[in-house]
Amino acid sequence: MTQRVAIELTVNGRPVRAEVEPRLLLADFLRDHLELTGTHLGCEHGVCGACTVLLDGDPVRSCLALAVQANGTHVETVESLTQEDGSLHPIQQAFADHHALQCGFCTPGFLMTVRGIFDDLPGMTEAQIREAVSGNLCRCTGYANIVRAVQQLQRDLQLQAVRDPATRSGSRVDDRGALRDTARSEVK
Amino acid sequence: MATYVGSNYRRKEDYRLLTGKSEFVADMKLHGMLEVAFVRSMHAHAEIAVDGTEALKMPGVHAVLTARDLAGVVGPLNPLEEFRLPQDLIDTIHPVLLPCPEDILAVDKVVYAGQPIAMVIAENRYLAEDAAARVLVKYTPLPVLADPFRAREPGAPPIHPAMGSNVQASLHVEVGDVERGMAEADCLLKRRFVVPRVTANPLETRGVLADYDRRSDSLTVWTSTQVTFMVRSNIAKLLDIPEEKVRVVAPDVGGGFGTKGGVYPEEIAIAYAARRLGRPVKWIEDRMEHMQSCRQSRDQVHEVEVAFNRDGRILALKDEFVVDSGAYNPLLVTCPYNTVAHMRGMFKIPNFAIAGACVITNKTPSIAYRGAGRPEAVFVMDRLIQIISRELGLDPVEVMEVNLIRPEEMPYDQGMYYRDGTKLVYDSGDYPATLHHALELAEYDRYRALQRERRSEGEYIGIGISSYIEGTGIGPFEGAVIRVDATGQIVAYIGSTPHGQSHETTLSQICADEFGVSPEQVTVRAGDTSLLPYGVGTFASRGAVTAGSAVQVASQKLREKMMRIASHTLEIPVEDLEMRDGKVFARQMPGRSMSFRDIARAARPGPNPARPADLEPGVEATHYFVPPSVTYSGGVHVAVVRLDKDTGQIDIIRYVVVHDCGRVLNPMVVDGQIQGGVAQGLGEAMYEQIVHDEQGQLLTGTYMDYLQPTAMEVPDVIQGHSTFLSTRNAMGVKGVGEGGAISPPAAIANAVSDALSMIGIEVNEVPVTPVKVLQYCREADARMRLAAAEGAR
Repeated sequence: MTQRVAIELTVNGRPVRAEVEPRLLLADFLRDHLELTGTHLGCEHGVCGACTVLLDGDPVRSCLALAVQANGTHVETVESLTQEDGSLHPIQQAFADHHALQCGFCTPGFLMTVRGIFDDLPGMTEAQIREAVSGNLCRCTGYANIVRAVQQLQRDLQLQAVRDPATRSGSRVDDRGALRDTARSEVK
Repeated sequence: MATYVGSNYRRKEDYRLLTGKSEFVADMKLHGMLEVAFVRSMHAHAEIAVDGTEALKMPGVHAVLTARDLAGVVGPLNPLEEFRLPQDLIDTIHPVLLPCPEDILAVDKVVYAGQPIAMVIAENRYLAEDAAARVLVKYTPLPVLADPFRAREPGAPPIHPAMGSNVQASLHVEVGDVERGMAEADCLLKRRFVVPRVTANPLETRGVLADYDRRSDSLTVWTSTQVTFMVRSNIAKLLDIPEEKVRVVAPDVGGGFGTKGGVYPEEIAIAYAARRLGRPVKWIEDRMEHMQSCRQSRDQVHEVEVAFNRDGRILALKDEFVVDSGAYNPLLVTCPYNTVAHMRGMFKIPNFAIAGACVITNKTPSIAYRGAGRPEAVFVMDRLIQIISRELGLDPVEVMEVNLIRPEEMPYDQGMYYRDGTKLVYDSGDYPATLHHALELAEYDRYRALQRERRSEGEYIGIGISSYIEGTGIGPFEGAVIRVDATGQIVAYIGSTPHGQSHETTLSQICADEFGVSPEQVTVRAGDTSLLPYGVGTFASRGAVTAGSAVQVASQKLREKMMRIASHTLEIPVEDLEMRDGKVFARQMPGRSMSFRDIARAARPGPNPARPADLEPGVEATHYFVPPSVTYSGGVHVAVVRLDKDTGQIDIIRYVVVHDCGRVLNPMVVDGQIQGGVAQGLGEAMYEQIVHDEQGQLLTGTYMDYLQPTAMEVPDVIQGHSTFLSTRNAMGVKGVGEGGAISPPAAIANAVSDALSMIGIEVNEVPVTPVKVLQYCREADARMRLAAAEGAR
């Protein structure tokens, strides 16, 4: 308990060094130590998905991961989505456009889950989208508008790919490479 | 002028929630803050002896508090004033209501598994939990009463000895002459219906942070609640301090659905601890605690007799029901009386007798959950409609039609009282039209034909219909203070406490229309008892009706005052002035105008005020809206389902809701409320159930055991709107929060029963889980094979 472990990781693009108890949850590390409280704890047993963050690009439940397990990784939280000037990421914008949130507690988890499947979105069916977000529980919206938001995003990405198949710049999320990769896979 | 009311105005709440800038109680951190872990009972009924000395020696521990520390200092929780029946109703129906106070921390014995026994306060939650494991609780088990039917037997030992009985509350309502109705009818039948215990499960658990300010000797308590004012009055009362010294704030709240619509022992305990230790103290409930200790709902068993004629007309309905209230019943008869008042729904049933009893058992205490007694009533009534139709060889639609209240009969008097003590009179609606609209959207005839066609191919398709009415916008009141600040921004302070309902958006829309400005020029502040003197809360589908009306009328009052100030300064009569785009101007000479900022300056206190002498200083107006009675929303749900014989899943082919909530403030928000309500209702219909064993131990304590629907199970609801304005508020608004959740259990049970009508399956209990569906399908297949073999012979 008292023995602490040194960890080094990248959180939302910034290097972080800390000494933590081995038992400290990744979620608590992000929330309490780094004050990134956008990541929410809903069930603390890995079912509701509210605490979803990306670990080296893959969605993980930060309530089931320990901070020490994140040593040497790149962690992205909901706070990483918003642009420097405060403008919204297309995923966030789609959720706002389609009233895909009510109380908003589960929302960061959904956003990060969708961020995790972002590159694959253009080729997904509605059933696949529903399955992809089925690891996230929402008790307010009944999901319809969440699915609509993701489908809108999907259409935007498809359009972008058709309109702009080879360009490597000019997209709104260009710095994360998401649209670029998608465009490439569409061309194939 | 309605410019914004009725439009899909974008939610003002979203930006902070999407970007992680929101603030829920768990996100808050104060200097010197300590964290709490509760020690909770492992037994459902036992005498206890608690020893916290070992725990106190653990690292980082500041205090271990038990009932001994609270004795004589903090009183027990009693049922909330706001949920007591009005005296005229008590005098009419003479309910039995026994006092059943709830200890903040268990005193000498525990009455349900999960009851708080001790609180450990430490540097952080990790250390608090380490120490909580060292609190020694010696249990001497007592016999457990987990079954309400056993608990209510005359010889059963009372769980709370002071009550002398486990029947905490009972009530009886009679309209017409049931015996005569029974005697005159062609047919009679009896059935038993079970609506089990469920839990609301907001994604954010409960959480409380209390901060004690030594200088002013006052407390600020942030809590994830729907009812800040009730929390404040109870903290003040139980800690015996003036209300003025307690401020209760609900920051962002992650859903409530009724379960946060009460005052909890933990809220009192945390407030007490902060005051005692002189430091901020925080407790965030974990999900295990939530499943075990957060109040649960429904849990009704009905024994019903119904008398009807061969045309389907119902002459009499008699119902005796039992509510398993768990160990405490803080809302008294709120839910059972809702069941009573909503039982006949859209139907004319002249003779009606109903008796309900709330029975105390060794289970988690109960509270309202979205629908609050109405889904139970609707389940009973709509199952009966379908059973009667089958009995008579009629289509359920035919049975509904002969019993529906006709539009020309509005306002319709059901011949009894509502829970608020006023006469139960439906204000507006066209129920037959609503039904037919829903059937049309559901393509009823097409699916009836498909059902027949596919049945011969061994596919089971069923159609279930359910209708509901809902008394919404209950009083006693809700308040709004509207103010224009020095920069001309309009601020609306309201007493209700949103937790996902979009108050900041919809109330801005109302306010904006009254002042002729954009909703961006309006800020809505809510969820804080320091904003205005009185408030009630957000529950019972009351926000739009009560807070909405309060905002509207307060805005009108303020508008009038601003016009008078402008008239005074501009020396132009009020009749010749207009307010629009953030200023007041002369209609004939638009150049002569005052901005809101000018008016705010003119209204400031001081010598030689630039306002009429009889006006109070300040640009502010207050209104407390007191509804004359509730206003009745209503709707019809139709579910078309196919039973999956391999998985037992109920595939929902079509789910239709046509509903009336009067004037729609924001269609996007209303549609969202309906869709979300349906999702919760479908969970209750198909998966969700809180199960305790005979020893009162929770068997469904995780999300792996308590299944909730995901995006894969919830269909897009096909929605239709019918608008019959309320006659009980100026905007014509009716509530919509609960409607979506009321009918799905009945609609799904009817659909599954309908799919299996050839074997006479009656689904009179939910949830209809995949296991049950598989069993039904096997029986149905066997029956079909037998019939085919007989046919071949």
